[in-house]
Amino acid sequence: MNSLIEKIGVPRLIIALFLIGLILVAVYLKIPLSSLITDILVRFGMNAILVLAMIPAVQSGIGLNFNLPLGIVFGLIGALISIEFKLSGFFGFIVSILIAVPLAAIAGYFYGKMLNRIKGQEMTVGTYIGFSVVSLMCIFWLVAPFKSPELIWAYGGNGLRVTVSLESSMAHVLNNFWSFKIGNVKIPTGLLLFFALCAFIVWIYSKSKKGLSMKVAGSNANFALSNGIDVDKERVWGTVISTVLAAIGIIVYSQAFGFLQLYNAPLYAAMPAVAAILIGGASLHRAKIIHVIIGTLLFQSLLVVALPVINVLSEGSMSEVIRTIVSNGIILYALTRPGGDTA
Amino acid sequence: MIVPIIFLILCVAGFFFTGLPATFLMNEMVIRLARNLILVLSLIIPVITGMGLNFGIVLGAMAGQIGLIVITNYHIGGGLGLFLSFIISTPIAILFGFLVGKVLNKAKGKEMITSMILGFFANGVYQLIFLVLAGTLIPFRNKNLLLSSGIGLKNTVDLAGIRYSLDKLIPFHKINLGFFQWLSRYPIATLILTLLLYLLVNYFLKTKLGQDMRAVGQDMHIAEVSGINVDKTRIMAIIISTVLAAWGQIIFLQNIGTLNTYGSHEQVGLFAVASLLVGGATVDKASWKEALIGTFLFHLLFIISPLAGQNLMNNAQIGEYFRVFVAYGVIGVALLLHAWEKEKARLSIDDS
Amino acid sequence: MELLQMENITKLYGENRVLNKVSLSIREGEIHGLVGENGAGKSTLMNILFGMPVIHSTGGFEGEIFINGIPFNPKSPEDAMKAGIGMVHQEFMLIPGFSVTENIKLNRERTNPTLLSKIFGNKLERLDLSLMAKDSRQVLDKLNMTVDEYLPVAGLPVGYMQFIEIAREIDKEQLKLLILDEPTAVLTETEASQFLDVVRKLSEMGISILFISHRLDEIKEITHSITILRDGEMVKTIGTDKISIVDIARLMVGRNIDMVKAKDEERDIKDEYILELKDFKVNMPGEKVKGLDLKVRKGEILGIGGLAGQGKIGISNGIMGLYETSGTIIKDGKELPLNNPRNSLNSSIAFLSEDRRGVGLLLDDPIDFNIAFSSLEIQNKFLKKIGPFNLIDNRTVREHALKMIEELDIRCTGPKQHTRYLSGGNQQKVCIARALTLEPNLLLVSEPTRGIDIGAKKLVLDTLVKLNRELNMTIIITSSELGELRQISHRIAIIYDGKVKGILPPDASDEHFGLLMAGETLDKVVN
Repeated sequence: MNSLIEKIGVPRLIIALFLIGLILVAVYLKIPLSSLITDILVRFGMNAILVLAMIPAVQSGIGLNFNLPLGIVFGLIGALISIEFKLSGFFGFIVSILIAVPLAAIAGYFYGKMLNRIKGQEMTVGTYIGFSVVSLMCIFWLVAPFKSPELIWAYGGNGLRVTVSLESSMAHVLNNFWSFKIGNVKIPTGLLLFFALCAFIVWIYSKSKKGLSMKVAGSNANFALSNGIDVDKERVWGTVISTVLAAIGIIVYSQAFGFLQLYNAPLYAAMPAVAAILIGGASLHRAKIIHVIIGTLLFQSLLVVALPVINVLSEGSMSEVIRTIVSNGIILYALTRPGGDTA
Repeated sequence: MIVPIIFLILCVAGFFFTGLPATFLMNEMVIRLARNLILVLSLIIPVITGMGLNFGIVLGAMAGQIGLIVITNYHIGGGLGLFLSFIISTPIAILFGFLVGKVLNKAKGKEMITSMILGFFANGVYQLIFLVLAGTLIPFRNKNLLLSSGIGLKNTVDLAGIRYSLDKLIPFHKINLGFFQWLSRYPIATLILTLLLYLLVNYFLKTKLGQDMRAVGQDMHIAEVSGINVDKTRIMAIIISTVLAAWGQIIFLQNIGTLNTYGSHEQVGLFAVASLLVGGATVDKASWKEALIGTFLFHLLFIISPLAGQNLMNNAQIGEYFRVFVAYGVIGVALLLHAWEKEKARLSIDDS
Repeated sequence: MELLQMENITKLYGENRVLNKVSLSIREGEIHGLVGENGAGKSTLMNILFGMPVIHSTGGFEGEIFINGIPFNPKSPEDAMKAGIGMVHQEFMLIPGFSVTENIKLNRERTNPTLLSKIFGNKLERLDLSLMAKDSRQVLDKLNMTVDEYLPVAGLPVGYMQFIEIAREIDKEQLKLLILDEPTAVLTETEASQFLDVVRKLSEMGISILFISHRLDEIKEITHSITILRDGEMVKTIGTDKISIVDIARLMVGRNIDMVKAKDEERDIKDEYILELKDFKVNMPGEKVKGLDLKVRKGEILGIGGLAGQGKIGISNGIMGLYETSGTIIKDGKELPLNNPRNSLNSSIAFLSEDRRGVGLLLDDPIDFNIAFSSLEIQNKFLKKIGPFNLIDNRTVREHALKMIEELDIRCTGPKQHTRYLSGGNQQKVCIARALTLEPNLLLVSEPTRGIDIGAKKLVLDTLVKLNRELNMTIIITSSELGELRQISHRIAIIYDGKVKGILPPDASDEHFGLLMAGETLDKVVN
């Protein structure tokens, strides 16, 4: 019994039990399960790539990437530019990604270079670099020379809108692609397939020679060094891939959400992603695709199911409160484990 | 010294674009110093103990707010109310500080990110308590505090009862002399209390416990071998910091006059830490001087930047975003430089 | 009168017996020397006496300690300090940012009570800095030190720091016994002789000194009596004037080595060099190599011995390019680029690190991946091409691992077991398997038997001998255990102060090895 608990991990067990409890309550309150499952699938698909971005970061040894906002802002820029040129549908989506990826790669490269000079402090510094980037971009959103009426305030205020609707451009392009219904559950096929594609690329990379070098550099820098691996270079690579995935991740997230959220919205974007992969069983030094899938599924299900249940039981923004407690609780748990072991 | 100079230049340059009279600015600054200095002070001791910038003072601020909520619930105002809120918040802050210290002892070397996440986490728990348990499990006498449903605390709590109760504790305005009338415009009692607390912290650093903290801050291993109880000393440092933060938050809010139940404490850590760093402090070095200079410069920038933004770019929002960026940026850069120094020290360890 | 008596002290680390019934006694004012090789048990004995936590977290010790005839069982350094024992550690225990005074009075500060301290306890008593400075001045004067007691320690010369440590110990009023662990290792010659004067003065003041050193001439010069430890056993306690340096050296090193090597197995090794080092310098912290010249013959097993900190470990690490290196390396007649691990690996050199768990293994990866990785990374083996991707071929990795597991007899649950869960000996075999997969002609082996139990030690050494004989692989083995070097090497180079002090055949006498390791020249034996 003990070994089973150890295998599953205490945090996962608690969260899974809590989730099951919530689902039972939901059934008791006659909340339709089909809509819950639909929501869970969508939220899984829209968040999973942001969580996936943690994998190259952890594997290359920079630890959990608290600087996800860096990639996110470039994803947003990509989407904004594609809207500015009135692109829509799949084409708009693809162009957004094509613009965002090189920008994010360049930013990730310099960020990775910087991280090489502050080994051991990546998480603390990364968090505040992320905050700084978001607040600097707030100024950028105010002065950016976008002209499309979709983007700027209708009554002629300054700068970009706080939320930009994607209804006329790329909203739900992935969600609706090949989507079908099983009973009342709508399957967002395109969204899930796109995640599968990204996950597959990350997985195949981690099995390739290059990816293995990166993984080894991350799991034991001294071992890597003695095998002739340029550890610093591998760390930069990991950072670049992570940042690029963050950029793609936010575009996917936004098309599913239907809006681009600018200004302070990306400020805490890293926390749920970090929390999700930790819930999935990753540690500060080890992360796999399966952790992304389990973690995102558990975490997002918890939030989706909690919302209607709690709204029936009480009022206020309880879902947000639960998210805060669960996500920061799990990060705290990981940080205080000796040697950063598995959470 | 370079950081404060840059900010001074920034402030002076910004000042010319605001078109504000200097006297107005100075009056405003006195008030802002009075309400922020103790919060910044609360950061100094953990820095000296080698635990970095204690973002966990958010928990201290919460303790202060709990004290204020309790006295408001019982309709106790004035000096007595203020005094009671100090009395109530202190043991809560000691408990919080103890818990934070315990957690940070489990995350040696990662104190800053841990204290920050701990702050977010505590914020979640705090919201849970005051949104769900208030009015249900925790009975409230003052129904005005609760939301219309009777469950959960309102977003804002009016602190009119204790507003200025410390700032105007000494009744200068009753003395009909020009000088005293002039004095009565300033929060003299608060400034005196601030001065006393600064002296107290300074005294404290010269005691045996203060010396232990400095030793622990410089080298935990040597301190341990010399027989100093490292873990206990670190917990003491965090407790003191948390208690000071609780008092600081009460003083801050008695000046503001309203408590934003779910928001007032959130930015406390951010602004206090940024202030200290603007003053030229680093992750492992801070004193009252940096706290004073930093608070002054940071809040000067706070007043100036929206106005300067308005006059320069015809957009006040730029200034507002700019000051937030400054807060985050200055922390980011300070952490970056610190980590950089550490890495350099690690690499050059065998050069001697 | 006996100040300290330690009787029948035995200490086990797990199964490993590091001290076996060691007894020691010191009179008041006596300077007692403690000598022995690395791993002879000196540090453990001192840790027991000083109540270091490491002793009690590993199950305590057996035996009895008396101070002035009263039983004494230190549970923490504080206990030891209270009993009047002071220790100057090998690494400095000084806080750089503190002044000389603050360091001398660390955690024994002079304080004055104040109002607050009466309410909140004596931790809030105010420091009396002038009184502290006065105390410090007094002890510094006792040591003839002129240094300003208000100066910060950071930036002082290393020699001063040693004296400040001593000052701190003698400032403890009840100090009766001072333990000095390699106190002169970091001092210059003049500083060292000044230091010895101070030690004599302390002894005249009635303080007993327990003096640990590798410098035998120093021991001979200053101590009244000597205890020699070897392999956790007490070899001898004797008055200093009754023993010569040569005899000390012999007793330190000598042990019954079963010279397993039969004469007929000794092959004829030609004077053909596979590796030459010229003016070779390696900046490895704690193990610096300082301009060494060494030639390695093709097909031999060259042993590298010497005491800890003298630089023997730095040699292999430098050849692999893992630490900053200068000088010349000639491998197979070609100059090898320095500071480039990949080049060294490409030149058919493989390396087993002394830090097996830290450098030698990926602890959280399976055995098969550990074995294959170097070759995959360096020689592009174990890969298969699928479309544009160069992927790891798990099947060949596994097959190869199975072969190695059988050949080297690695005890495991299977090739997918993570190396963290293997025993030390089997971990070492995984490292050997990884090195062999590279098919090197020169194998560098560093401390191959450290932390391995006795049975496994023999297996690891046998494996090395087998590789040497059957594959004609040249092996450079670096070890702190002279015994094992003498067991398998053809020649043994002794490293002292970053240079080769001498090269001896494995059957040279104990005195020879002892003297070279202590940095003496061999002519002493002749005298």
